[in-house]
Amino acid sequence: MSRTSVIAAGAAAVPGTAAARARRDTIGGWALVAPSLVVIAAFTLYPVVLSLVHAFTAPRGGVTLQQVHAMVDDEVLHKVFVNNLVFAAVTVPASIVIALAMALWVNGKIRGRAFLRLAFFTPTVLPMVAAASIWLYFYTPSYGPIDRLLHVFGLPGHNWLGTPETALPAIMVVTIWKEAGFFMIFYLAGLQNMAPELEEASRLEGASAWYHFRRVTLPLLMPTTLFVMVVAMTASFKQVEHIFVMTRGGPDNASSLLLYYIYKVAFTFYDEHYAAVLTLVLVATLLLLAFLQFRVLERRIHYR
Amino acid sequence: MSIASRHRLRALAPLAFAALAALSTLARAADPVELQLLFPIAVGGPLTQIMDKLTARYHATHPGVEVKAIYSGTYDETMTKARAQFKAGQPPDVLIASAVELFNLRDLDMIVAYEDALKGSDTSWTKRFYEAFMVNSTQDGKTWGLPFQRSTIIQYYNKDAFRKAGLDPDHPPATWEELRDMALKLRDAGGVKFGLQIPSDNFGDWLFSALAWQNGLALVSPDGKHAYFNDPRAVEALQYWVDLGKAGAVPKGSVSWATTPKDFIEGKVAMMWTTTGNLTNVRKQAKFDFGVSPLPAHRQPGSPTGGANLYVFKTGDTAKERAAAEFAKWMSDPEQAAEWSIATGYVGSSQAAYDTPAMKAYVASFPAAVVARDQLAHYTRSLGLHGNGRATAALSDAIQAALTGTKTPKEALDGAQKTADGVLARFQK
Repeated sequence: MSRTSVIAAGAAAVPGTAAARARRDTIGGWALVAPSLVVIAAFTLYPVVLSLVHAFTAPRGGVTLQQVHAMVDDEVLHKVFVNNLVFAAVTVPASIVIALAMALWVNGKIRGRAFLRLAFFTPTVLPMVAAASIWLYFYTPSYGPIDRLLHVFGLPGHNWLGTPETALPAIMVVTIWKEAGFFMIFYLAGLQNMAPELEEASRLEGASAWYHFRRVTLPLLMPTTLFVMVVAMTASFKQVEHIFVMTRGGPDNASSLLLYYIYKVAFTFYDEHYAAVLTLVLVATLLLLAFLQFRVLERRIHYR
Repeated sequence: MSIASRHRLRALAPLAFAALAALSTLARAADPVELQLLFPIAVGGPLTQIMDKLTARYHATHPGVEVKAIYSGTYDETMTKARAQFKAGQPPDVLIASAVELFNLRDLDMIVAYEDALKGSDTSWTKRFYEAFMVNSTQDGKTWGLPFQRSTIIQYYNKDAFRKAGLDPDHPPATWEELRDMALKLRDAGGVKFGLQIPSDNFGDWLFSALAWQNGLALVSPDGKHAYFNDPRAVEALQYWVDLGKAGAVPKGSVSWATTPKDFIEGKVAMMWTTTGNLTNVRKQAKFDFGVSPLPAHRQPGSPTGGANLYVFKTGDTAKERAAAEFAKWMSDPEQAAEWSIATGYVGSSQAAYDTPAMKAYVASFPAAVVARDQLAHYTRSLGLHGNGRATAALSDAIQAALTGTKTPKEALDGAQKTADGVLARFQK
């Protein structure tokens, strides 16, 4: 949109028939962006405005801060917010490290490379609900595969999803399992773009593989890492389908995340106004995290 | 195609159009009223097929009406969908939703009373249902919901496991003490992993209301404006449940509503508390000798009623509302009530349903089918409160917190009471 207006402004400076052409261009430009503009207005801008309005009005009309005050006393909100921070702090780095390790592995000249790549990528192709259903079975107390395996080693079973200490970690495992394969693809693409001369040079200089990885590969992958990190961070606040399937946020909200709580407030408790405030909190959190990531990492990135 | 024949066709075209127009006018005159029915499923078994069979039969006997039955997920999801449709100005016509939703449906002004939808017609048939179900269905002298898949909680037990543990298979636990002792004996006898499962991840508030009621307490007031979650009798009841877990009579942590029937069917647990709506599914799948019994008593016996009612939505189209109410009435007629009860295990909604030949034959061959119905003698109402489920959600959280040991029963229930009071305050004015 901004580019269109720049063109239009530039053209308008030319006098005479050029002005008419400029006007035509402007109209043409607007016509070209109109379809996306309509869609964005209807499905992004309008909901944003509506959320803002809902957040600061009372259910029976009138401007109010009552929803904001409610957040202060809402223990469930505090719990799910902390849960979400823990969830992000664990799943984002873990899936990135695993994705990188898998990418390095399947980038090498090894047997069955295509098969391995496919295997690592498979969880990504599965719908989240399907993945969650599979893991729900894995975690079944006493006769799920995990508990059965424990029994083989003489260990007692565990109610993985029904115990507050393990419910959230169990869900984090599913998320990492599902996300890592997706991020691997980006790292793999990054690795494939790397000039083989770099590695030859390192070898000639007698640098160890670890040194080469640390000083050459990793820095060159930083743009990929930034991208993956932002995507992973957003996903950690946006993905909640598995919670519906696996725990419904329980026990006692131990595995509930912010977006799941917003869903509950909006669609189970029918409190659109409170849900609107919570949505603003979610969006603000995401913006802040993205901003921090760009600020901190930008300086350490070498774009080629 | 030759040019000549194309000409002939062109000449015929206006005629053909006229004929089509006439046909479509005819068709419109006979167009059936189309009703949309949303229904949830909370138990096992192929219920969507049975529902399709019922609606097809209604269409066959009432050619002017066609009912589109749409399976809409769990009870919660069904309410979400109905409410979203209502907000979008396209409400369903008939909704099967939890009996506890009556307050919320009326607070949101989403439904019409049967007496209003059927104005001018005889509605004395609304008196035919069991009173235990009607306390969640009538308000202000009008009928807002018709009992459809209503239930009580019953105790399922594996008789083979009882024999193995040296227990009398014809004497299921009848008191809280017996329940605890037998569960431990069953577990220690081996073969099963646990003696007893009482689900708590979903419907935990409902199962807890059974324990509270057995301890002499109804957790909610009849007007849905007051909750008594931290009454000493409730704290005692929750303490009993927590102690069952500490003793190892039930699994530690929260227990899944969805997998508990599976655990029972697969012989992993010897006894379970769940809705009678699972009865037919368990009967079809269990490969061992099982029995069902009323829940054990403490200060008194009994169970809350549960399950779902048929509601007619306020669409503003009185003809449609009438058609919807007539369909809902038909669904609750003795024949259909008996058929649904036999297919699922839910309680037939009226005595008349039990007087049908089909039901008589069924009960004669399977006496367990009336255990839930007979338990209505000691019923308490479903956990209906104003405030869109927020208060009962707090209760569910509290139960899970106590069962998983993060809070004591007293702390947990005090917290739930505080939330409930906050939510209900504006309805108490």
